[in-house]
Amino acid sequence: MSGLALQFINLLAALLLLLAFAMLAQRRILSLIHLYTMQGVVLVAATAAMGYVSHQPHLYVSAGLTLALKVFLIPWLLHRVIDRLNVRWDIETLINIPTTLIVGIVLVIFAFNLAQPISELSASVARGTLGIALACVLLSLMMMITRSKAVPQVIGFLALENGLFFAATAATYGMPMVVELGIALDVLVGILILGVFLFQIRQQFDSLDIRHLEKLKDE
Amino acid sequence: MSSVEPLLFLLGLPLAGALVLGLAGHRRFAPELNVAFSTGTFGAAAALTADVIASGPRFALQREFFIDPLNVFLVALTAFVALTTAIFSRPYMRVEQAHGKMTPRRLRLYHSMYQLFSFTMLLALTTNNMGFLWVATEAATLATVLLVSVYRTAASLEAAWKYFILCGVGIAQALFGTVLLYMAAERAGAGPEVALHWTELETIKASLDPRIMGLAFAFLFVGYGTKVGLVPVHNWLPDAHAEGPTPVSAVLSGLLLNVALYAVLRCKVLTDGALGTALAGQLMMFFGLLSVLVAAFFLSRQRDVKRMFAYSSIEHMGLITFAFGVGGAVATFAGLLHMTVHSLVKSAIFFAVGHAAQQAGTQTMSEIRGLIRSSPTVGWGLMIGSLAILGMPPFGVFASEFLILVTAMREQPWATPFLLVGLGVAFASVFQRVQPMVFGDSSFKPLPHQPALVPVFVHLGIALVLGLYVPPYLESWYREAARMVAG
Amino acid sequence: MSALGFAAQLLEILAALALAPLFLGWVNQCRAWLQSRRGPGLLQPYRTLHKLFNKDSVLAERASPLFRAAPYLVFGCMTLACGIVPTLSTELPLSPAADAIALVGLFALARVFVSLAAMDIGTAFGSLGARREMLVGFLAEPALLMVLFTTALISDSTSLTTIVRTLSAREVGIQPSLALAAVALVMVALAENARVPVDNPATHLELTMIHEALVLEYSGRHLALMEWAAALKLFAYACIGIALFVPWGVAGAHAPLALLAALPLLLAKLALGGFLLALLETLSAKMRIFRVPEFLGMAFMLAVIAMLVNLLLGAPGR
Repeated sequence: MSGLALQFINLLAALLLLLAFAMLAQRRILSLIHLYTMQGVVLVAATAAMGYVSHQPHLYVSAGLTLALKVFLIPWLLHRVIDRLNVRWDIETLINIPTTLIVGIVLVIFAFNLAQPISELSASVARGTLGIALACVLLSLMMMITRSKAVPQVIGFLALENGLFFAATAATYGMPMVVELGIALDVLVGILILGVFLFQIRQQFDSLDIRHLEKLKDE
Repeated sequence: MSSVEPLLFLLGLPLAGALVLGLAGHRRFAPELNVAFSTGTFGAAAALTADVIASGPRFALQREFFIDPLNVFLVALTAFVALTTAIFSRPYMRVEQAHGKMTPRRLRLYHSMYQLFSFTMLLALTTNNMGFLWVATEAATLATVLLVSVYRTAASLEAAWKYFILCGVGIAQALFGTVLLYMAAERAGAGPEVALHWTELETIKASLDPRIMGLAFAFLFVGYGTKVGLVPVHNWLPDAHAEGPTPVSAVLSGLLLNVALYAVLRCKVLTDGALGTALAGQLMMFFGLLSVLVAAFFLSRQRDVKRMFAYSSIEHMGLITFAFGVGGAVATFAGLLHMTVHSLVKSAIFFAVGHAAQQAGTQTMSEIRGLIRSSPTVGWGLMIGSLAILGMPPFGVFASEFLILVTAMREQPWATPFLLVGLGVAFASVFQRVQPMVFGDSSFKPLPHQPALVPVFVHLGIALVLGLYVPPYLESWYREAARMVAG
Repeated sequence: MSALGFAAQLLEILAALALAPLFLGWVNQCRAWLQSRRGPGLLQPYRTLHKLFNKDSVLAERASPLFRAAPYLVFGCMTLACGIVPTLSTELPLSPAADAIALVGLFALARVFVSLAAMDIGTAFGSLGARREMLVGFLAEPALLMVLFTTALISDSTSLTTIVRTLSAREVGIQPSLALAAVALVMVALAENARVPVDNPATHLELTMIHEALVLEYSGRHLALMEWAAALKLFAYACIGIALFVPWGVAGAHAPLALLAALPLLLAKLALGGFLLALLETLSAKMRIFRVPEFLGMAFMLAVIAMLVNLLLGAPGR
């Protein structure tokens, strides 16, 4: 039975990776938010499955927390923000998606290689997925680098945090509860502040293009 | 005196201050309230310090907090600089209000976040839990990011955005490192509840898996190193310092960088214990040295005065990181001393620079002239502060830099020329720019509020004293801390 | 090499030749139903082929022998491809000669001839179609290879029969790498067979057409062979998908009864697959031709991820 659950976790991990790639190649802001929500759902399922396999009840709590935060609250906030900023239907011009994806694949290989020796040492049942978690982190990082609009950058940041959360769950069945609560609080406050920021940037520049934010340079 | 009380005050006062000032931060008496809360915090820090000096390291609140000579000295320093900055910001913010740059709403945000920032700094220092260390460091970013953009100008928004994104991404790497640390600790047999406790990790550090710890340190170093402002992840630092209000620049340079470096230091101790090699030290030496050199050359190209001193902070942080990387009792001692004097002198400089920029109405150095005529105290403060930060004897910076150089010559001779070049270039470029700012003709009008320059001279005075004579209790305290770090 | 093996091989090729137009008809019929049309009927492809075979073939003046030879070559390639994919039995006399890489090679060979023939006459549409075909091909082939490699990694062999034997022997379970590879294969199949998101087989719109542009100059029996080959290609892809991802029920060696049981099972699987394909086509919108590289890049990436995931998570049951 736990063998099947383990396969289920592996499948979810692969899905997470897939979603990270999909985000990398997604042009529409609205779809990005949907993808982020899906990532949250996958994360919840994976955490709960991990809790079931490992008999760690606190993982259910953290799955519940993730559900509330990453499936409902943050996507809801993001929807509100893009509604109020009127960028719901914005499409970002991305240059050269295939190249981005190829670089992404290279990153995944790098992450797998990096995680391989570590994951062998982990006591967790889902240790194989550590490499995937690291790959998700790197892909989100790359998404933040390649985006020039503010909202996609924020979503990249949130996806990065998702990857880290998954890494913590995969490697060690999650951090101690108090720490996890603290991290969740930081993320929540962070997204609120970013929301405030988006409005300030919009007010100042009449646009959410980060390329306006490249004036400060050392000549 | 029980052990918990000062700690409760230490953490509770700024938190309460954040709440109270969040409600009343725009009132006329808010700056005084800010000072009062900071004074209370400093009092608690002093009591805690006296306590630890008298009776050694201690735990508090079910081992969630741990006070030892290393962090208590930083706690005292942090609370002190937070207090003097609060005193300085009282007239500074009134002037800003008179200039129309601060509205009541912004003032409320500023005061509340100032106290919250103090809280996160002290939490990061006193917590025994590496996970909480991460949470607090991230919270410190969150607290300051809105302060950097408080003027809502295009440049300040850009600086804050960069600060948030870069530090957020950096600190995320540190979280991954913390996860790996937790994993290593669990493998080494620590119970899940205590596996992130630094005291627990310290006792089992020899049995932590070296492969995991090597990778964990790489991530932790990148993560906290971003906050320290080490090259090449330093880009946020000059912008955030230059575009935020001056008190924020002062606490960023004086406190945040120290706390981030403290986090790196704690991780290094564990990594050294686990690896048994000098890998962590070598990494720190390399990036420290790189920061010194790069910052020194960037220093010579600055036009904005706060930006220039921000680069100077990068340079000094690089120097301290280098010293900790060299390791050993003497270098660590010198690093700790340098942390102290740098944070004192740099915040003093920012105080002086803040008033100078207010008088001139600009931060561009070529437009600030003849400070010594328009307001002699600001001028002298800037001049003496610059001399101190450049390592002129008899200030404390000279003593610590000298110690670092001597140790480097003995233990890492290859690094000496780089250090000398970096320090030399930094000296030339800063002095060349500060000199005309201080001397020369001036037509500036005096400020509407009397500037608070007592903190400047108190800081410089302490730095001077530390350069001439380190009091024995302070010295034994440094030695104790250095012994703990260097093993 | 037994008589049974020979019979199985013969049966497979004959089944492919006979069923390929039916499969195409079934897909089109399903599409019609899903779009609330009555549809031309299941046997329409046969009727079309019959009509074309009875017509005279008109050749352009400047047509070279290559133009005339291409339909036979392409038809041969596709027949062979159908013959080496183990759909009915894993004991096929042709299988030692052809493995997964040879299969991709056969498709590539056919593609080269189709494109050469299209350019042979020198009309604008032919060259345009050839160029688009190559654009699709250079991205689709690596993706298909990656899909096959993923399955090859699981079974430690590039021989198609070994792959199918290993995959059908494993226990039922969810395997992320196979799921990803399946999605990649579907995407490749859509592009390679000129199905909806990439091309629309029902129109002759010069801005977007790929397959129709290639065979524009053919008529009569040549066109019949080309269309039949196209049907065979679709059939071959469906068979690859079935063989790799739902291989249960394929007859092993020395099992004449299983061979008989395998045929209706295959028909059922094909019927379901065809319906799903029609559903997919109905649900998706035709994409701009410039998006096709992205689409196929995605397929390639999926296949690579499938392989990487397989390497990282390991095959199940091991």
